[in-house]
Amino acid sequence: MEIFWYIVIAVVIIVFFILDGYDFGVGIIHLFFAKKENDKLVIAKAAGLFWDANEVWLVAGGGMLFLAFPTYYASVFSGLYLPIMMVLWLIIFRAIGLELRSALNYSMWKDIWDKSFGIASLLLALFFGIALGNLARGVNLGGVENGISVYEAHYFFLPLWNSTFSPTSIDIGVIDWFTIIIGLISVIALTIHGANWIILKTNSSINEKLKTVIFNLNIVLSIFTLFSLFIWHLINPTPFKNFVEMPFLIIFPLIYLLGLVGLFFVKKYKNETYGFILSGFVVAGGISSTLASMFPVILGSTNKVNPSLTIYNMAADNYSLSIGFNWVMIGIVLLIVYSVIQRKLLNGKIDKMDYGEH
Amino acid sequence: MEDMLFYDRIQFAFTISFHYLFPQLTMGLSLIIVYFKMRFMKTKVKDYNDAAKFWMKIFALNFTIGVVTGIPMEFQFGTNWARFSELTGGIIGQTLAMEGTFSFFLESAFLALFIFGEKLMGQKLHFLTGFLVFLGSWASGWFILATNAWMQHPVGYEILDNGKFVLTNFSALFSNPWLIPAFLHNQFASLVTSSFVVAGIGAFYILSNNHVKYGKMFLRTGVVFGLVSSMIVAFPTGDWNAKNVVKYQPASFAAMEGIFETEEAGAEIVLVGQPNMVEKKLDNKIAIPNILSFLTYQDWNAQIKGMNEFKEEELPTNIPALYYSYHMMVGLGTIFIGLMTLATFLLWRKKLYKSKWILWAILFMIPFPYIANTTGWYIAELGRQPWLVYGLMTTKDGISPTVSSGNTLFTLLGFIGLYFLLGVLFLTLVGRIIYVGPNSKKQ
Ligand code: HDD
Ligand code: HEM
Ligand code: HEM
Repeated sequence: MEIFWYIVIAVVIIVFFILDGYDFGVGIIHLFFAKKENDKLVIAKAAGLFWDANEVWLVAGGGMLFLAFPTYYASVFSGLYLPIMMVLWLIIFRAIGLELRSALNYSMWKDIWDKSFGIASLLLALFFGIALGNLARGVNLGGVENGISVYEAHYFFLPLWNSTFSPTSIDIGVIDWFTIIIGLISVIALTIHGANWIILKTNSSINEKLKTVIFNLNIVLSIFTLFSLFIWHLINPTPFKNFVEMPFLIIFPLIYLLGLVGLFFVKKYKNETYGFILSGFVVAGGISSTLASMFPVILGSTNKVNPSLTIYNMAADNYSLSIGFNWVMIGIVLLIVYSVIQRKLLNGKIDKMDYGEH
Repeated sequence: MEDMLFYDRIQFAFTISFHYLFPQLTMGLSLIIVYFKMRFMKTKVKDYNDAAKFWMKIFALNFTIGVVTGIPMEFQFGTNWARFSELTGGIIGQTLAMEGTFSFFLESAFLALFIFGEKLMGQKLHFLTGFLVFLGSWASGWFILATNAWMQHPVGYEILDNGKFVLTNFSALFSNPWLIPAFLHNQFASLVTSSFVVAGIGAFYILSNNHVKYGKMFLRTGVVFGLVSSMIVAFPTGDWNAKNVVKYQPASFAAMEGIFETEEAGAEIVLVGQPNMVEKKLDNKIAIPNILSFLTYQDWNAQIKGMNEFKEEELPTNIPALYYSYHMMVGLGTIFIGLMTLATFLLWRKKLYKSKWILWAILFMIPFPYIANTTGWYIAELGRQPWLVYGLMTTKDGISPTVSSGNTLFTLLGFIGLYFLLGVLFLTLVGRIIYVGPNSKKQ
């Protein structure tokens, strides 16, 4: 049961990053590359039509996490209090940026909300990467000082940063050089993903240029990926243990690799969906590989006093999990049906579509 | 510790009160939009479709703010109420996760289609998407109220040795006797808000001699919806809720009604009076004898327990706020029924559009359903204090043990600033939509 819920929640969260991830990427591209008003309009629309439906995956994932792993939900959300609040605020700025830009027809007004959308998207991509980095690195569970827990074993509190910025110091913060690297990987991967979405959904005048951007960013992404593998052992002495013990897990890094390699040929594909699917592979493969390398741990402990949090010691009771199983299956079928209907009806390039009045 | 609790509570109260301003319009307005759409399909009069589209614009804006302020609500359970989430997650996690999975998906997936897809889909499908948006928003109210009902009147649970609540009976969450009255009352109350908004904008158009054709349509629709919903809010649903409170939370009922001492010969109903917590009595009281006993038990002489019968720690923590909230809600409810009855009467006598004074009254009434809804929730939540889960877990035991009050104060200030900005933007843009008006040619 625990494993079932773990997989369901992981899938929901990954779908969230594939879907809303491209919205973040679209925002970043919008911020740096969109210059003409017409491009700005269609690019914003490529995210604006979907952000709401995409964000629901986050809400649903959060709800399921609450249901299945309540102790974990409590521990992580209170421990990462400040970054989570900032993410919530950024989500607000992202959304109103998208929704309000076309509400008034003044260029100054549009500029403000375009920047709000772009900067919030950039920071969201960064923060979500940093969050993943925190889970991978682990935290000082129980707030241990000199061998004594300040809090109960599964609670902690992280400040945003500490003077050393080092992932190996005792009093770690949310932001250190390791989590920043993961954050940057996330920004780059999602920018590529967003660029692919824009190419797929619009006829903007910068589509050709974006393919070059994807190519160049992909080089940077490859370098960062290699570098992060190289430093991974600093935070986890046996990073490949799971892959040796359960060889089928290799599939996740392979998905990542497939996406990464495939993206180098983005200019050659006739079918624009390929690029998008490949960057989807990068996003999905990156998150799932990280989770797979940690399994069954979901939050590591950086001290020797308190054990790491795993899906087994964090799960809700069996009755809750199994009754939830029944309805979540129905829910998942419905989700797929809704998503397919919505995507079918809003298929094709945004700028060609006649949506009627808004 | 006291500080931590204080800021956590203020932050929750502030963010939920702001959030709830938006869903209450969403839930009622989606029904009214579906109604306009239906009229259009029946009568083929294009004005009805214009009306549906006009309200959809306001709806969409309102919905956006509702969504972005709702997401912090969900995550605050983890950030600010970690102990509560840890201990009750197996139970309220069910209803909250179901809300996310079933209702929000329904709403968001079809809202984009409803807003952008009219030409793409044809009228029948367009109507259907509108109906699904309505269904989604009411389902979301249902699951939220199921969550809240469990906190007010916990059912189907067991408490383990480590203090965790585990679910023993899933269906009990939805057959909770608290739930159905609260849900119906709440949904009709949200219909009150939206009918008053629709009627109020209609009155505004007539008074300002602008878009008068639409003004009349909005006014008559709003008035009829408003009359029906405000009557249902008082009776049977309000009455039904009150009976539940007497039964399950007698101490908070005594505080709501301002009964300090049990009266042997049946309880009076208090119309006016200020609770004096030092002398434990009401100052400047105006009351009618025996009515409350009758309303509650259909027996003029039934006894109702006063606050003197409860121990200090069983009583709600903020009695005056509870008392005033209740009297404001019921007072406003009575005014709503009165105003709408009068307006319906004038509509029937074909005098409504010319009676300026009542048009002004309807226009000025727009904010009051919002106030009534907010005070309604204050009764529910203040009445539950000092409990977080009634009778089982106190509020101070629910907060996050590791989040210091400095951090909560910081985020509270952040929310206040941000929501102020959201409020200003919302009002400006709604004002603009209203100014432009429903006539599609005159953009
Ligand atoms: C337009 C708004 C509105 C109006 C006019 C009324 N209510 Fe109400 N009331 C609400 C909006 C509301 C609400 C905000 O929707 C509440 C909060 C929780 C709930 O389910 O509904 C509520 C709760 C609520 C409760 C439950 C309190 C608790 O949970 O402890 C009672 C006993 C009443 N109402 C009774 C009444 C009565 C007798 C009314 C007679 C006129 C009335 N309400 C009018
Ligand atoms: C499912 C719906 C709701 C749930 C689960 C819920 C839960 C809670 C929780 C956990 C608290 C904090 C503890 C406390 O101070 O009591 C609280 C307090 C509060 N809630 Fe709710 N709430 C819900 C709906 C609402 C709504 C819609 C409103 C108002 C519009 C509201 C108004 C308040 C207020 C004012 C407080 C503060 C009470 C105080 O300071 O004593 N609640 N509620
Ligand atoms: C503590 C309590 C609450 C939580 C955790 C909460 C959570 C949320 C969330 C996460 C959303 C955004 C969903 C999306 O992405 O589409 C939302 C919107 C919504 N909520 Fe709340 N909410 C609370 C209180 C309420 C109450 C009391 C009601 C009504 C009875 C309500 C009704 C709605 C509706 C209808 C929406 C759709 C958006 C809108 O209409 O503005 N919520 N809520």
